[in-house]
Amino acid sequence: MNTEELTTLTSNKIVDARGTACPGPLLAAKKGIGEINSGEIMEIYSSDEGTKNDIPRWCQKMSHEFLGIIEEPSYSRMFLKKA
Amino acid sequence: MDLLLNQQLEDLKKRFDTLEKGTKDQISMVVFSGDLDKLLAAMIIATGAAAYDMKVKLFFTFWGIAALRDPRKHGKGKNLIQSMLGFMHPKGSKQTKLSKMHMGGMGTAMMKGIMKKNNVASLEELIQVGGEMGVEIAICEMSMNLMGFKKEEMIDYPHMTVCGVATFLSDASESKVQLFI
Repeated sequence: MNTEELTTLTSNKIVDARGTACPGPLLAAKKGIGEINSGEIMEIYSSDEGTKNDIPRWCQKMSHEFLGIIEEPSYSRMFLKKA
Repeated sequence: MDLLLNQQLEDLKKRFDTLEKGTKDQISMVVFSGDLDKLLAAMIIATGAAAYDMKVKLFFTFWGIAALRDPRKHGKGKNLIQSMLGFMHPKGSKQTKLSKMHMGGMGTAMMKGIMKKNNVASLEELIQVGGEMGVEIAICEMSMNLMGFKKEEMIDYPHMTVCGVATFLSDASESKVQLFI
């Protein structure tokens, strides 16, 4: 999905992992995904550069659908749909 | 010719089945080192793997075991040598040192300061998160005795057992990933 499509999404949950370093955002994502239902959308905020590579890979392994990234000035918003 | 091919196919199928059933989505790690940096790496990989829904089995042996000691607890019934050894080893994760640039404590303290500034979880936090995520810790009994430690002086950890080499081997042979740290 591109940025415009992503902005129209309403997330069922937002996980704010800004400020934490590896493996903080991944652990926060893992915790957050347990709190939503299948098919719902979760958004992860992270200021850690590496997370942008980690989360799509994690989604692939866990069969969640990675929807895309919106870049904000000091962090990224990552969207995924729970399998 | 066809018969031979079929036979070979059957044979391959059988071998594939055993291979597929043989490995679980599991990681086994030997945590041998008692250095702060290596322990951090081990715990980051362990918690990361738990986030990947992998079963995580850590085997603490030799110097690594000292990091699991609880500074508030004391082992009972130690002889003089065991007490001396206990005194010389780090008493818990907080007393572990960097493998390089410890510099009499200055380097390690500085690294901990930088980690805090960069919001990197401390070793203590990672061990606690690991416990919450179901990371299993097994302590090698033989080396625990050699180092002069007792099971009762270890931290309160939800999934901790004492074991021998067979436990590691059987778990490692079923794991997709095996590491020695």
